[in-house]
Amino acid sequence: MTSNESDVPPADENNPDDASELARGDADKILIVDDEPQIRKFLRISLTAHGYDVVEAATGAEGVSQAAGEKPDLIILDLGLPDFDGHQVLSKIRERSQTPVIVLSVRAGEAEKVRALDGGAEDYLTKPFGIGELLARIRAALRKRGDGVEPREIVFRKGDLIADLGHRRVTLRGEEVKLSRKEYDILKLLVINAGRVVTHQQILSEVWGPNHLEDTHYLRIHVGHLRQKLDDDPASPTYILTEPGVGYRLATDD
Amino acid sequence: MTTNRETDAADGNAPAPARGRLKIFLGAAPGVGKTYSMLEDAQRRARDGIDVVVALVETHGRQETDALLRGLEILPRRTLLSRERPHQELDVDAVLARRPKLALIDDIAHANAPGSRHTKRYKDVQDILEAGIDVYTTLNVQHLESLNDVIARIARIRVRETLPDQVLEQADEIELIDLPPEDLIERLRQGKVFVPEQAARAISHFFSRGNLTALRELAMRAAAERVDAEMLSYMRAHGVSGPWPTRDRVMVCVHEGALGQKLVRATQRMADRLRAAWIAVHVQTPREEGLKDDAKDRIQETMRLAERLGAEVVSLPGAHDVASELLAYARQRNVSRIVVGRPRTRGLRQMFKKSVTHTLVDQAKSFEVMVVGNEEDTAPDTTPLAVPGLEEFKASSWKDFGLATLSIVFAGLLAAIAEMFVPLQTLAVIFVLPVLLTAVRVGLIWSIYVSLLGFEVYNFFFTEPRFTIAIENREDLFVLSLYLAIALLTGNIASRVRDQARASRQAARRTARLYEFSQRVAGAAGRDDVLWAVVHHVASTLQCRSLVLLAKPKSTKLTIEAGYPPEDELTENAAAAADWSWKHGKPAGWSTDTLQSSEWLFVPLRTASGIVGLLGVAFDDGTASLNPEQRRLLDAVADQAAVAIERTNLAASMQDARVLTETEQLRSALLSSISHDLRTPLVSIIGSATSLVNFGDKIPRDSRHELLRTILEEAERLNRFVQNLLDMTRLGYGALQPKRDWTDLRDIVGRALERLKRALDGFNVSIDIAPDLPLLFVDPVLMEQVLLNLLENAAKYSGGTDRIYLRAFVRDNKIVIRVTDEGPGIPENERELVFDMFYRVKAGDTRIAGTGLGLAICRGLMQAHGGTIAALAGEHGRGTTIELSLPRKEMPGAETTDEKSASRSAA
Repeated sequence: MTSNESDVPPADENNPDDASELARGDADKILIVDDEPQIRKFLRISLTAHGYDVVEAATGAEGVSQAAGEKPDLIILDLGLPDFDGHQVLSKIRERSQTPVIVLSVRAGEAEKVRALDGGAEDYLTKPFGIGELLARIRAALRKRGDGVEPREIVFRKGDLIADLGHRRVTLRGEEVKLSRKEYDILKLLVINAGRVVTHQQILSEVWGPNHLEDTHYLRIHVGHLRQKLDDDPASPTYILTEPGVGYRLATDD
Repeated sequence: MTTNRETDAADGNAPAPARGRLKIFLGAAPGVGKTYSMLEDAQRRARDGIDVVVALVETHGRQETDALLRGLEILPRRTLLSRERPHQELDVDAVLARRPKLALIDDIAHANAPGSRHTKRYKDVQDILEAGIDVYTTLNVQHLESLNDVIARIARIRVRETLPDQVLEQADEIELIDLPPEDLIERLRQGKVFVPEQAARAISHFFSRGNLTALRELAMRAAAERVDAEMLSYMRAHGVSGPWPTRDRVMVCVHEGALGQKLVRATQRMADRLRAAWIAVHVQTPREEGLKDDAKDRIQETMRLAERLGAEVVSLPGAHDVASELLAYARQRNVSRIVVGRPRTRGLRQMFKKSVTHTLVDQAKSFEVMVVGNEEDTAPDTTPLAVPGLEEFKASSWKDFGLATLSIVFAGLLAAIAEMFVPLQTLAVIFVLPVLLTAVRVGLIWSIYVSLLGFEVYNFFFTEPRFTIAIENREDLFVLSLYLAIALLTGNIASRVRDQARASRQAARRTARLYEFSQRVAGAAGRDDVLWAVVHHVASTLQCRSLVLLAKPKSTKLTIEAGYPPEDELTENAAAAADWSWKHGKPAGWSTDTLQSSEWLFVPLRTASGIVGLLGVAFDDGTASLNPEQRRLLDAVADQAAVAIERTNLAASMQDARVLTETEQLRSALLSSISHDLRTPLVSIIGSATSLVNFGDKIPRDSRHELLRTILEEAERLNRFVQNLLDMTRLGYGALQPKRDWTDLRDIVGRALERLKRALDGFNVSIDIAPDLPLLFVDPVLMEQVLLNLLENAAKYSGGTDRIYLRAFVRDNKIVIRVTDEGPGIPENERELVFDMFYRVKAGDTRIAGTGLGLAICRGLMQAHGGTIAALAGEHGRGTTIELSLPRKEMPGAETTDEKSASRSAA
């Protein structure tokens, strides 16, 4: 996965957003659990520049104890750690807290990603990744933690698309889009988790029920219809992004 | 093997000479083209001037078949009115009245409608044959009566119209019409196979590939059995000496004796060795009713054992004449060898009443009969005996005694009669006869006994004074002494001749066995085959368990490489014996002086270059040692086995060396390719980064941005390359298993374009995916990698043009994806080569980095999906099209997609 992050090199990062985040009194604290010092360094520099407090751990054991001791707001966890299996670290963290966890994994580790998501991870990122992608994931994950908003209060806006869950109304360029019940349910699930990956299994279980976890072809077909109605070309999607082998993600504007 | 016809002829039941010839066109299933072949053949005969008529042929409206009816005389059919509808049947009378030379009659297994002359058509055919008319007919193998159960099991269809097997066996000619299942299914799909409406459902199940393959095998076997029989009778008729490479059938006769199980096991081994089918037969006689319960149980147990060991088990209701019952059945089933137990001998009574075994041996002129012994001390000898094979009949001492004594009694009677006509002294000659006889039939010891007995009898009855042992006459004394000398000498010579004959027979048998073994070993392809042949041969000829132990390369530890029956571990004692034998190169273990407590005897497998392994044998029957014969056999096999194993070792190490060389070549080519492909982007990255580090503040802002972009792009390229490397490695190890899921191609294309955003900057990628394209059942991540490589290549080899086309559509039930560029293209003779992993390396092309592996990986990934990839010419006379093809898979559930075309450009 790459690279819909900005082309702007870090040296040029001085957009107004930073100022506001830096100005915040209680900056969010992020724990980075990765054994690779170079990766920790680049994450520390970038995240600090974006106004986050950064705590680091080089091993799984250290990560688990930091997660308890430092009480971070978010954890970035590399699944390939030298001492512990990343999944074990994740479950140990989950035993004590609901802190959102973003896992880092290599490509072709799709099964591993799904397992981590099932194991309570908030989201995942494929290595190598651009910093823009990571920041978007972090924002989405922190937003979920902070909202506490009832789904019916959510109104999603991106480009020409407005999805108003309270009124069960979806409009594109001001015109109402007629969605079937399943299509609407899929969109609703994506909107509630906007910016975060939703796995195939989650969608199938929520929309079709737990007995339909194998029927991925239904999901493909309904997502196809949904995209068609939203005028969203899968070959260059604006709204519904495909996470191959894992699920879908609703793109947000941030 | 004996065919019915041959036996019948021998028994004097030969068919009337005027009988017509029957030719059967045999097929595995409807639709393979039997009728067609029959008509083709008939047309040929008709052209040769033979008078051919079509008595009844169903073409089912197939045009090609109809066309073959042209020019042939077609007889009218007989119409019968049954309850439901009229039936058109064969008009036998019309055929008989017309008297052609050859009549064509389809489907010999057909059951006639009520009111016909016979209930079954084959009887009609027999009538026609009787009248001296030749018949061509067709038959589907599932109609054969003996296969009925098998067919029911395989196809879950109970065939009602059955044909007795004799009809097929009596056919003068069988032609097998063969068609591979795939072709037949294709013909069915094209509607070329006639299927009655009401049977359509059943038929569709019937025509599954599995069924057809099984039926095809049955048909081939049915035909092959016949071919065997034909060849055999030909060879017999022309005095060609055996052994004949044919399919044998062995029959073992089970009786209530304790020997039964031994018989059955011996037969199984023999059948295994011959790769023959075998039948265990038991004849239930009235006498059996009076048997004790444990004897009855023993019969049942034996039959169950036979069944477990793979025999066909048959109980024949029998009369008193068990032997002829058995022979009749053997003839009926085309049995080639009969195995019987050696009869138990209980004193003199047995000598007057012939045992079943004797009767069998005497009467079974056209069978090989094997008599399996019941002695406890030696392993049963199952070698075929020449018929009548009684010289080997070593009876117990009671019988020997009886025979010897009786022979003297006869000689005495004869002498008494002769005495009335000839002078006394010459009578002694008569007593030489039983000596000779005993020497040949029973052995030296008994001939000496007979000599002495003869001496006494002559002395007692025929010398003066009679009825005393005293000898009065000097002449008599001389004759008697002479008699004794001659008798002893003759007995000695005769028994020696007998021993020699026996020894040479044994030698011939041993040679034959070794020859058979060396043939088998020479034919064995790999080491495992050789080892298997060794253990199997040793086990079956010595009636023992056997093992081969070899040392692993670069190790001195011996491991069991083959065993018959399979054996995993040696006891401690046996392992010690093996170890000793291996270290000292001498036999050790059972029956030797070293480590006797091992149940196994190990002999080294020795070649000119040293010991390659050990051969182990173990006997379960309590034998104390090998007899010399067995010993010789074991040594001979060990020698041959050693040579064969060494041969395969050499072949393997040559193969290893070759693989190693190739691997080395590949590795160095791969390394040079990888280092090139890795270094190219690194050069840009390091160059740009050092520029920024050293002169960052002197470089204008736009240029700085430019350098940073370069770093990013090249790093991404490096990432793609590394991914290819990983995939290649996993493909090479066979570890890449596609995780298939229903996937929308548009999704994959979207992802690939996203990842290639920068590499495709400035290109106009035109996407045209057919609106009705079904979902693909693929691994989305791997397919993305394929498209990524293709699009990247298209951009790389664009030769300055800026258009790339991606099309996807359905063609011939396959999903086709094409990526086309407008670059310089690939010369036609190199289009296949580009998928070779090292093609670019070999071509020495260092112009463009990162493509050496891409297409090779694409091919690997497509193959992992059951698809194909090919390089074609571009679309408008220039450029290249890479075409992917995936089998279309039907989605579970009948929902279809109706998405509109996503034809659109992406930059």
